[in-house]
Amino acid sequence: MKRPTVALLVSVVVAAATLLPIGILVVMGAGADVPFDARVAAVFLNTALLTGLTVAASVAVGVPLAFVTAYADLPLRGAWTALLAAPLAVPSYVGAFAWFAATGPGGELTAQTGLPVPAVHGLAGATLVMTLYTYPFVLLTTRAALRNLDASLVDAARTLGLSLPGALVRVVLPRVANSIAAGALLVALYTLSDFGTPAIMRFDTFTRVIFVEYNAFGLDRAAVLSLYLLALVAVVLFLESRVGAVRETPGRRLVLPLGPGARSAAVAAILAVAGAALAVPLAVFGLWLWRTGAGSFDMAYALNSAWASVLAAAAAGIAALPVAVAAAGGGRVARTLERVTYVGFGVPGIVLGTALVVAGLYVDFLYQSLALLVFAYAVRFLPLAVGNTRATLERAGGNMVGAARSLGATPFEAFRRVTLPLALPGIVAGAALVFLEVMRELPATLLLRPTGFDTLATRLWRVYEAGHFGQGAVPATLLVLVSAVAVVVMLRGERDDAGPT
Amino acid sequence: MLSVRDLNVTYGREVAVRGVDLDVAEGEIVTLVGPTGCGKTTTLRAVAGLEQATAGTIRINGRDMGGSGGVPAVPPEKRDTGLVFQDFALFPHLTVAQNVGFRLGRREPVDHWLRWLGLAEQRDARPDALSGGQKQRVALARCLAHAPALVLLDEPLSNLDASLKDSLRWDIRAALKEAGVPAIWVTHDQAEALSVGDRVGVMNAGDLDQVAPPETCFRDPASRFVAGFLGEASFVPGRVRPDDTVETLLGPAIGDGRKGDDGRVDVLLRPDDVAIAADTRGNGSVAWARYEGGTRLFGVTLDADDHAGVLRARTNHEAHFAPGDRVTVSIDAGHPLALFTPEHADDGRDRGERDLAA
Repeated sequence: MKRPTVALLVSVVVAAATLLPIGILVVMGAGADVPFDARVAAVFLNTALLTGLTVAASVAVGVPLAFVTAYADLPLRGAWTALLAAPLAVPSYVGAFAWFAATGPGGELTAQTGLPVPAVHGLAGATLVMTLYTYPFVLLTTRAALRNLDASLVDAARTLGLSLPGALVRVVLPRVANSIAAGALLVALYTLSDFGTPAIMRFDTFTRVIFVEYNAFGLDRAAVLSLYLLALVAVVLFLESRVGAVRETPGRRLVLPLGPGARSAAVAAILAVAGAALAVPLAVFGLWLWRTGAGSFDMAYALNSAWASVLAAAAAGIAALPVAVAAAGGGRVARTLERVTYVGFGVPGIVLGTALVVAGLYVDFLYQSLALLVFAYAVRFLPLAVGNTRATLERAGGNMVGAARSLGATPFEAFRRVTLPLALPGIVAGAALVFLEVMRELPATLLLRPTGFDTLATRLWRVYEAGHFGQGAVPATLLVLVSAVAVVVMLRGERDDAGPT
Repeated sequence: MLSVRDLNVTYGREVAVRGVDLDVAEGEIVTLVGPTGCGKTTTLRAVAGLEQATAGTIRINGRDMGGSGGVPAVPPEKRDTGLVFQDFALFPHLTVAQNVGFRLGRREPVDHWLRWLGLAEQRDARPDALSGGQKQRVALARCLAHAPALVLLDEPLSNLDASLKDSLRWDIRAALKEAGVPAIWVTHDQAEALSVGDRVGVMNAGDLDQVAPPETCFRDPASRFVAGFLGEASFVPGRVRPDDTVETLLGPAIGDGRKGDDGRVDVLLRPDDVAIAADTRGNGSVAWARYEGGTRLFGVTLDADDHAGVLRARTNHEAHFAPGDRVTVSIDAGHPLALFTPEHADDGRDRGERDLAA
């Protein structure tokens, strides 16, 4: 076999570093004496309930809307899709915060309208909020599959005697079932990892309880609960690995003309869903901005967020390069190492935070250091950098290095003059995504931030805890803006990947 | 110039190349042809140093390239070979001129080859702005400008339109001859292999069955595989006479000097070696007819041949026969015909090999 390349050797180090937090938790958990008692079982059940209900609700909302936006002959079709994807730009904890502040006896809705609005909290509240901000995953994966489907399939079914609804259910739905499942599993992963929503809705899922234990100095319990949560995540990731993509042969796109009644109903449904997800936070934050202005907002929060994000983006970009280069070169070992670096996606921020807090306790100079926080970010979002860099390299083709070497270039020269320039756009795109994701990261930041170092997200959290809601308007608005940029970048990247290259 | 001895490449238990011996002389173009997975590209990549040989020696200009028997392999960049890839492998971030001059300090070879290959106007273009044919010319210019001792072409035309293949084939051959550099040219297209190679090597399942000038490979193939791969081949049984003529169902023919066991042989017939004429009695009937433009190809079943399939005969386009027509089939070849051990021999001898006593 070939000699291991430098890239491969460095990827081993990177992969080992991404596994470090899980290793710490396993060691901690093995040494802890925490029985699986009724309290833990209740948390387990709560987490499974919230995840299951959110997935069901997201599918119920996302799939019909996907059919409408993919096939119906609505005017301004692209605009409706963009509107329905827009809730992705609201971090779920920002949405939860807005809904929490808007509803209930003392909420803004009652204050403004005088109508009694019931409080949104607990399991129902958490499910509502999670669904409003995660259904776009199902919508987008399903819609993409529907759009790729050849309309001739439906024509064939109808010439064989099926009605249109019958054809949609018996021919189209089975073809897109895998995409619906893929979207649903993303929702499940997101819901399991989310800390802000259950915390603000006061519903005891693993993420909320882990944070409570951390604050009560119960790191042992936090570590064990983290392992239980990781077990749930592992189930979702396993299911995800079983869902294969169905490749469609390109063809004509189906268009379904709607009657005036159906068209109004479709538009009303779209407006209701997008309105609930977007109008509530925008109205609440707008009201506060108008009422109190910027309040005590300090630019330092934004600068802290940006600085930590720049460091994390640079770290992830640099760490991703050797992994991507080795993986693009092929070989089972390199591919496996690449897969390992994807664990960050599955490790919830609160779990990562717990593990690295423990590391900080044992290694003095890391305790509450910016370096540890940046390491956490890099591990969590490394997959974005690796994926983009590898995709760019693979699009460039596999023979580039061989061509350079056959012209007399040494491996290093081939790397410097061919691989690096080719990978650069992917590294930059990946690092940009890491930057935007870190800007809105909450739970790991909450656990790992150095004393006195507040980001936009932790500032919002402290405003919520202190009950001075009006002060949250500026950080919340900025977080929505940053997220909006992230969503646009990510969706555009996906469209580029899908197009011919 | 290049000398390959007993080259073996294996992946795990799978043998990709088995005991290949191959020489390339100064200025010579050798084409390697065979079906997908026959080991031709693997052989090429082993010579380039991009693939590790399991056993055997590769010498370029007398220098051992190592790589087996514990000797470290000479890395690709130190072999003085130039590669032309099927997917062109142009650097997308560099212009045409920068690609061609990738590791050159001087402009002169860049200008020379861009002009020679008709690319002067594209010198500042990026690869993605070029047509497929232009891309492959740039790849060739890049390779030749770096003045390698040996050029290796890996299916250089297989990603191009059929209309382009014909002309570019000759342009590449002319450029190689202009540079005076020896080359190995891998292809799966037998017409391409026969027309551009000074010699043709035919590979099959990891073995190099035959290396010889194109006419020899076509007329006197070393195996039934080579005979069938390089062109349409039919076989009829025959018996060799003492004067080296062969008596067949279709009348007498000139043999190639081989005697066969007990004089029994199979005679290789190309469609142009067979003539047919309308005859109500005849010795066969037309099974099918295909119009090919300038010519017609007929499948004929012989009355006397119980096990042979359909014999193919090519005529000019004026001949008209319909399926079912009775015809007289005869041999019409002005050259000796290749003889093979009968496939249906009773002694169970290995089929297909040219192991006849000469």
